[in-house]
Amino acid sequence: MEATVLKAGFDFTGIYGFFDDLLPESLDWLAYVIAAVILGAVLLNAIIISTALYTWFERRVLGRFQSRMGPNRWGPFGLFQPLADLIKLMTKEDTIPEGADRPVFTLAPIVFLVPALLVFSVLPFHSSSFIGKLNVGLIFIIAITSVNTLGVFMAGWASRNKYAMLGAMRGVAMLISYEVPMGLAVVGIALGAGTLSLSGVVLAQNIPFILVMPLGFIVFITAASAEMSRTPFDIIEADSELGAGYNTEYSGIKFALLQLNEFMAPLIVAALVTTLFLSGWRGWGPVPGPIWFVIKSFVIVLLLLWVRATWPRLRVDQIMGFAWKGLFPLAIINIFAMAVEFQVLRDDTTGALTTGDLWIMAAANWIITIVSLAVIANVLGQRKLRRPEPVPSQLANMFADRPAPESATQLSGEVD
Amino acid sequence: MPIKTEPVTINLGPQHPSTHGVFRLRVTFDGEMVLDAEPIVGYLHRGTEKLAEERNYVQIVTLTDRLDYVSAMTNNLAYVRTVERLGNIDVPERAKYLRVISAELNRIASHLIATGFLLDELGAFHTPLVYCFREREHILEMFEMLCGARITVSYMRPGGVLQDAPEDFWPRLDDFVKTMPSYIDELEGLITENEIVLARTRDVGIITAEQAIAGSITGPVLRSTGVQWDLRKAEPHEVYDRVDFDIPIGSVGDTYDRYLVRVLEMRQSVRIIKQCVEQIAPGPVRTAGPFVIRPPVGDAYDCTESPKGELGFYIVSDGGISPYRMHIRAPSFINLTLLREMLVGWKIADLVVIFGSIDIVLGEVDR
Repeated sequence: MEATVLKAGFDFTGIYGFFDDLLPESLDWLAYVIAAVILGAVLLNAIIISTALYTWFERRVLGRFQSRMGPNRWGPFGLFQPLADLIKLMTKEDTIPEGADRPVFTLAPIVFLVPALLVFSVLPFHSSSFIGKLNVGLIFIIAITSVNTLGVFMAGWASRNKYAMLGAMRGVAMLISYEVPMGLAVVGIALGAGTLSLSGVVLAQNIPFILVMPLGFIVFITAASAEMSRTPFDIIEADSELGAGYNTEYSGIKFALLQLNEFMAPLIVAALVTTLFLSGWRGWGPVPGPIWFVIKSFVIVLLLLWVRATWPRLRVDQIMGFAWKGLFPLAIINIFAMAVEFQVLRDDTTGALTTGDLWIMAAANWIITIVSLAVIANVLGQRKLRRPEPVPSQLANMFADRPAPESATQLSGEVD
Repeated sequence: MPIKTEPVTINLGPQHPSTHGVFRLRVTFDGEMVLDAEPIVGYLHRGTEKLAEERNYVQIVTLTDRLDYVSAMTNNLAYVRTVERLGNIDVPERAKYLRVISAELNRIASHLIATGFLLDELGAFHTPLVYCFREREHILEMFEMLCGARITVSYMRPGGVLQDAPEDFWPRLDDFVKTMPSYIDELEGLITENEIVLARTRDVGIITAEQAIAGSITGPVLRSTGVQWDLRKAEPHEVYDRVDFDIPIGSVGDTYDRYLVRVLEMRQSVRIIKQCVEQIAPGPVRTAGPFVIRPPVGDAYDCTESPKGELGFYIVSDGGISPYRMHIRAPSFINLTLLREMLVGWKIADLVVIFGSIDIVLGEVDR
């Protein structure tokens, strides 16, 4: 198992150790600061640049889905498009509407952005995450991503705009609802891995958890895509209904921050799914771990994009119903199945699961998944398209007998 | 302690992504629920009826293009038929076929737009819309072959059409007739049994046949309620009595039926075009007449089934070179009669979808 773990060493302890050796004993604090600054700069730049590139990627792929080109003017394949967008947004006037709650209005984009960046700091791209091993990574992520809800509400409330307010209200209701199945799906992970540390979760995945608990995967990715509020769950923005939702009144760099967060969301979801269900950085052959991580995230991102490009939006009550009537029971079934299997299969002395145990769990869980999905789909899904046979109304019958109307051609006459 | 709430009044439009132009709707919401909705029109008023009094009968054709600007051909058809009735002008056979072909092509284009924008309003991220526009592009290119214009075609004239179709138009049309059914299949495969589309549109915004007739509603919205009324069959004009086609109707009268009727109508239009291409014979396309038409004193009303409903023109002539008065019966405007009844009690998301399913064009609503 250890052979697949790469000793990259580019994390907080590694950098701190390097400077600690370099500097005299009395300057320990300086090593600490330098390490923090370096790590912060690397992390921020890496994430923001990859998000910028991702906006280009998303627009190109969406363009392909919609049989058009996508941005291709500025730079090779339009790769500089994010830069052009950034310059445009930075040079735009940054307006704050009259009557807006100015401090809250200004703070909202930051409240949005910081949690999203923090998530990346604990994700293990290789054997450890950037700031080292966090032993409560799962809980940290669930906690930090829910701050987003506050950002939506702050932006909507402070804008003093009815559309923004409606979007924010929808957003709060939806985001809180979908945190429940998302959290419950993570409980299944914790049960299967026996740890809350993200690196531990990856190390426990001798078989990727997508095979061990497909139900958990489905619940998690659905809830997570609702959390990032894209179609079919994009009621927060709902451009055909609310214009732009909570960000109606934002412009300039504040709008750019909101957009940055919005485009970062799929990356976060993809990285989380990769870590929790696709065995993170682990792979085969000489390909290094971070590359595996990127490849797996890429597949998930493409999947999310595909959904976004294809499906219409659900109505607000249908979305809430789906969370509580559909995903919630599925998540509970998943936890229940995992708990029972864990209790039956685990080694009585160490409490650990072997790879063989995981395969047995996978076999049982696939059956449970298919059965429970079929049941839920039949309970909640739309009935088969069976319309009553159209019966021509008797109120107006154009085939009834009546004098033939004079047609223009019968009135042939002189043209004056 | 109960929390005190109060309804919120919002102006949906005139600048709003899903008002199909500059339509304004003053809506009172209780949370997400629509309590009251009042349509306010007139933001695109250009005085078409008054302008017509200043122009001669051929010039007015260009004004009609700008009414329902996604189906200019049917506008032209309704107008020139009224002038022909007023002035007793003959139309050559070939011109009649060309008119029906171009009108049906335009019906397909208009229904494609209606379907695409309906899906856009349902929240699909523009993909169905772009698919629809891709097919519409073929139609617009054929219009370009016919008359050089794509949207504001002005193809028809009192007494015929502008010019005969060029040679390379016919293979193009054959190709279109062959491929269009498969495109419609593709569209239906994406939409018709889509789980979310069904959840969002089925039994939403129902109007009954009685309501629809009482509200003078025509077109696909009327037919979706089960009333089999189509002017192409009810008062066969041009060559509609020589071709074989069905009038699709809906069973419930909800948003889904309105979508379905449009898709089925596209298939029927393809059928009509196919038969017209088989029947059309060489000949003149325009009755020779004076450049300036002076119809005798009198008045005339004539109408045709435009993609939105019954489009009628009422023209009063005082014997001069331009009408004394022209009135347009605009189906888009009259189909809005029942908007309030359809919207109240539904949510914001449904409001947008129901409104989109009526398929109005503001150029025609405000004239």
